[in-house]
Amino acid sequence: MTHETAIAIRGVSKIFGPVETGLKALDNVSVDIRRNEFFTLLGPSGCGKTTLLRMIAGFETPTNGAIELDGTDITAEPPFRRPVNTVFQSYALFPHLTVAQNIAFGLEMLGRGKDEIKATTAEMLALVRMEAMAARLPAQLSGGQQQRVALARALAPRPSVLLLDEPLSALDLKLRKQMQIELKRMQQDTGITFVFVTHDQEEALTMSDRIAVMDAGHILQIGSPRDIYERPANRFVAGFIGESNFLDGTVLAAGPPARIALGGGQELSIDTADSPAAGQPVTLAVRPEYVLLGAFDAPGSLSGRITNLIYFGTDMHCHLTLDSGEELVARIPSGLSGKEGLETGAIAGVSFAPGALRIVGA
Amino acid sequence: MTRTSPRPFSVRRLPGFTAIAITCFVLLYAPIVTIVIYSFNAGDSVALWRGFSTKWYTVAAGNQIVQEATLRSLVIALWASGISTVLATMAALGTTRARNYRGRTLIYMLINQPLMVPEIVTAVALLIFFSSIKIATGYSGLGYLILAHSAFCIPFAYLPIRARMEGMDLALESAAADLYATPWQTFRRITLPLMAPGIAAGAMLAFVVSLDDVIITEFVKSAGQDTLPTYMLGQLRRAVTPEVNAISTALLALTVLLLTVFFILSGRNTARS
Repeated sequence: MTHETAIAIRGVSKIFGPVETGLKALDNVSVDIRRNEFFTLLGPSGCGKTTLLRMIAGFETPTNGAIELDGTDITAEPPFRRPVNTVFQSYALFPHLTVAQNIAFGLEMLGRGKDEIKATTAEMLALVRMEAMAARLPAQLSGGQQQRVALARALAPRPSVLLLDEPLSALDLKLRKQMQIELKRMQQDTGITFVFVTHDQEEALTMSDRIAVMDAGHILQIGSPRDIYERPANRFVAGFIGESNFLDGTVLAAGPPARIALGGGQELSIDTADSPAAGQPVTLAVRPEYVLLGAFDAPGSLSGRITNLIYFGTDMHCHLTLDSGEELVARIPSGLSGKEGLETGAIAGVSFAPGALRIVGA
Repeated sequence: MTRTSPRPFSVRRLPGFTAIAITCFVLLYAPIVTIVIYSFNAGDSVALWRGFSTKWYTVAAGNQIVQEATLRSLVIALWASGISTVLATMAALGTTRARNYRGRTLIYMLINQPLMVPEIVTAVALLIFFSSIKIATGYSGLGYLILAHSAFCIPFAYLPIRARMEGMDLALESAAADLYATPWQTFRRITLPLMAPGIAAGAMLAFVVSLDDVIITEFVKSAGQDTLPTYMLGQLRRAVTPEVNAISTALLALTVLLLTVFFILSGRNTARS
């Protein structure tokens, strides 16, 4: 299946301040964002995700590189000549204009006819379910309502790409969950390409078609939520998306299956073809929900001592110290039977679900 | 059972607070109240009450010199507040709508300089400066007074406008640009309407400040260019008549009116953002 590219980021760098000594916010970033997809830039604060978004909008100019929109180079275009609209983190609703006037603003600036403006504004008000609030001023709206108006205002001119800069971060948890679903629905209904910036990995996983994980001005991995979660490319991604246990070891045989020696004479076997050569150090990652506990003398399992048990309602977190000295967390669903032997101080056998162990670097 | 929580600190419960406050208000307003009352005195004296009358208002209003001085004051104040407000608006745009740059504090200080330099120094400086221009050009019209008033009115116009703009989210202008507004459209449709209450408040304040200026006017004015305040000063040097009380009261009424509008406008300032 081929995909049309909506936005192409070509070797973009951004340095704030003097080129030699300035702050490098983006370092030679390239990515193709596909038409009609929900694309998320995910990373901790300061990773460069917002800078990249502001560059697509036209509020920042790249120090190096180019940005193409539907095959046209827009690197030098000012924001008001780019068919791209933004939902700002602060919403940035015009306080002296009503909800309807806010939504109509972009259409007016584009010089659309009165009837078309009226019709589109009504359509957008309906899309975000704010018909009853059309005559209100932004100050008379709740946070969630302001958020919806900001969304309608940005969607009204039917941009080829909609940029969203952490738009849900100011909402409380329940509203955020609701808006996540609504945003996804709107993206599917309108067929507009969404580029979404967030530092919230759960938000990224639930909404995105594809995610780019960023850190320190680089894109570390691009993939579907499932790719990113189940096949993290490196230790940072494995640690940032969801929770991960990390085990350090040395390759005994590259395999497949690869055999890895942990400390304390323990050994693991992984069914992978991309193991480093024998003798190399490796780091393995495994999600807590894929750690299985059993009898300490079960064949093929590691053993460890339970140091802490924390009850979370739906599941229980079991902290262990392996014989190799490494710390490990296992997540056990509350409904699972056979937890009788689990108590602090007990010795348990530790094994991993098939395919759960991944090599994430040295 | 209820427990009395310790009452939070309030300056109003400090001993003598009420007494000091009342004393201050009396000292502030008693002289003004006296002037207002005696402006309605029927007699010739400023100290002896001879019954209620509005005759001094009629006298003042019929006095041609007062009429001319009033007109001159209003013309100067209108021009000066207009010029200083336009300049102050541009200064506020320059100091709040640009990314932080070096020397911004210095620019704040330079803009607000008339507030800090003793007025008498500005007055003497302007007198010397303008008299050399007068000699060179031969022009001796109201222009000098208008320029002088515009200069010292700038900080009074600037401060409310800047306060207004600092409360404005910079993202608003980004949002307008994002929604296809050119820089001029952004200014016209977003920036200007939002700063309008600040501009109006600044203009009012500048108008009031220009209207009651004495020191700089006294130094800069040419012969026959008395404004209302300098006329009153001249009158007091000769004989104090209740006419001056009447003019003062009228001026007071105008000032109070303008300042009320100013406070309403700057109140909206904070409520909006």
